[in-house]
Amino acid sequence: MGHDGVWIFGEQQRGRVLPVTWELLTRGRALADKRGTRLTAVVFGHQLDQGDLREAVERGADRVLALEAPPLETYLPEPYAACLMHLIREEKPEILLGAASSTGRALMPYVAIKANTGLTADCTELDIETQTGLLLQTRPAIGGNIMATIKTPVHRPQMATVRPHSTPQAPRVPGRAGEIVVRKAPPELLGSRVRRTGFRPAAEENAISEAPRVVCIGRGIKKGDHVPVARRLADTLDAALGGTRDVVDRGWLEYPAQIGLSGKTVTPRLYIGLGVSGTIQHLAGMQTAETIVAVNTDPDAMIFKVADFGIVGDLFEVVPALTRNLEDR
Amino acid sequence: MRYLIPIKQVPETNAVKMDEATGTMIREGVEAIINPLDLYALELGLRLRERTGGEVVVLTMGPPKAMEALREAVAMGADSAVLLSDKGFAGSDTWATSLALAAAIRKLGAYDLVICGERATDGDTGQVGPGIAAWLDLPLISYVAGVTGLTPRAIQARRLVEEGYEELEMDLPGLITVVKEAADPRLPTLRGKQRAKGLAIPVWGCDDLGLTQAQRGLAASPTRVVKIFRPKITRQVHLVRAPDAAAAAAAAAELAAWLRQRNVLPAPGGRKEAGHGA
Ligand SMILES: Cc1cc2nc3c(=O)[nH]c(=O)nc-3n(C[C@H](O)[C@H](O)[C@H](O)COP(=O)(O)OP(=O)(O)OC[C@H]3O[C@@H](n4cnc5c(N)ncnc54)[C@H](O)[C@@H]3O)c2cc1C
Ligand SMILES: Nc1ncnc2c1ncn2[C@@H]1O[C@H](COP(=O)(O)O)[C@@H](O)[C@H]1O
Repeated sequence: MGHDGVWIFGEQQRGRVLPVTWELLTRGRALADKRGTRLTAVVFGHQLDQGDLREAVERGADRVLALEAPPLETYLPEPYAACLMHLIREEKPEILLGAASSTGRALMPYVAIKANTGLTADCTELDIETQTGLLLQTRPAIGGNIMATIKTPVHRPQMATVRPHSTPQAPRVPGRAGEIVVRKAPPELLGSRVRRTGFRPAAEENAISEAPRVVCIGRGIKKGDHVPVARRLADTLDAALGGTRDVVDRGWLEYPAQIGLSGKTVTPRLYIGLGVSGTIQHLAGMQTAETIVAVNTDPDAMIFKVADFGIVGDLFEVVPALTRNLEDR
Repeated sequence: MRYLIPIKQVPETNAVKMDEATGTMIREGVEAIINPLDLYALELGLRLRERTGGEVVVLTMGPPKAMEALREAVAMGADSAVLLSDKGFAGSDTWATSLALAAAIRKLGAYDLVICGERATDGDTGQVGPGIAAWLDLPLISYVAGVTGLTPRAIQARRLVEEGYEELEMDLPGLITVVKEAADPRLPTLRGKQRAKGLAIPVWGCDDLGLTQAQRGLAASPTRVVKIFRPKITRQVHLVRAPDAAAAAAAAAELAAWLRQRNVLPAPGGRKEAGHGA
């Protein structure tokens, strides 16, 4: 009793709210409407962009609750958890959603224990059960082989992290009304035994796990010299370029670009495999992509079993033609 | 220094078969292995011990069979091991699992660093590591891609995030979870295997850990799995054959139109669309 409201934990970088927050607003808005309650976007940072906080309201938040302090500039587990716990105790939300990002996947489980409640990781579907009003949290399990729906019947808040790119960003409604509360974070909550001493931006390939679109090359590309054929398509699509282990082992791409069991797991909106056979170890890293396209000369290639659109053909004929088609839009 | 490494025994996922009719996993005959991602945690622990001296202790919560995972870890070089096994643990979610592991860590006495895997390949939550840190009130660095410095008082590490690597320093004792880049796992040695065979490994139950009825297993777990089902089969492949250059050009045009219609292309004029954190 007494727990009310849907919260999302928004993320920011250098004061600018990150797009994954707009995805969380899509989720949160639908749940708040079904529960007939308010949607609050919580954001922590230092010198937050006021226009971005307004934008959160225009994208569906009834209220933005921001805490500011220099130590909150980037995620650190202790101050972030202490501040979030402080707000949870004060206001007792019924539902709290975070992104299944490097921040959310560390902060949320830490806070769930401190708040003495359950947490479901990496949800792809969220809904409200009509009879009970409980949050239904659905996530893939066992490598995407099954889906599990999970409830938190008693403990509050009901907490879930949401897989990035699993839902569109909430549309902006200019002029939409809402409350914006920006407070100074209580100094006693800001102690940290972890200190940030530096930052090194990723080489381009590192961005692959978060890219909305991925072009992946397999051994069918045949030579390192041919990689630019695929890179041009990737550039046209504003996609990251990845590869199978065979491609990385041959040095045609760097290790951070490897997709699969012993490389990265990707869940982009669009995956295009070029000359990729689709072995089980590779599928383990990409089969949860939203849309899968494959080009392969072998009609029996395993990759076609998980694809939405397949071309049985020579990638060196198909890819340049596809790039041209997509360039003149 | 003393390194504690929680590892999990999981079914070999490549071998996982689904019962098409019931949508459940066929567990019979599926081999159990150490969670592949925990091998990186173990390897990092072994390497740090080689540098600083000290001890590597592995622990796991699971059925009696999980003893195999501990013996394998000892064969790779761990000094000692503890198995948490009790009917009372059955049905634990990540809340109850992290509580049991935290209680075991308390019982193990003084330590410097707890090292967890990024996630287990079966549960796939990545929540147990940060959960243990919360129970023990330890500082935490998740997604560690490499340890760059270590003294008795602090650790320096590189943390993999969406946009690159954070460089962080953490007071000890503390907990880290590691990603694959952190270390390249070694194989068990013959000598290690022999030592593992002879080593006495204690088994602790709920009572040994002082966990009350309300703190163990399903009863203690805030979450409930209410339904398991097969994912909708959205993948109905539309296959186009392109045996020659002309057919390839036509197929490419068809694919471009299909992609446009599916709305998965970058917004026009909106190039460099930001993904998360881009
Ligand atoms: C423990 C373990 C871990 C592994 N981890 C990974 C991992 O993380 N990621 C990974 O990818 N692999 C991994 N592998 C390796 C995996 O088993 C395969 O070897 C690898 O995925 C195959 O890569 P590929 O598809 O590029 O090559 P191949 O299987 O050789 O396939 C090449 C494909 O290209 C097609 N082709 C050839 N020419 C053309 C053309 N002109 N146009 C179009 N198509 C063409 C062929 O028909 C073929 O299907 C792992 C293996 C093990 C044992
Ligand atoms: N039953 C368990 N016994 C020991 N360690 C575990 C157990 N479950 C999870 N872990 C540890 O927690 C990490 C994350 O697991 P998970 O949260 O289940 O994805 C694993 O890589 C292990 O280091």
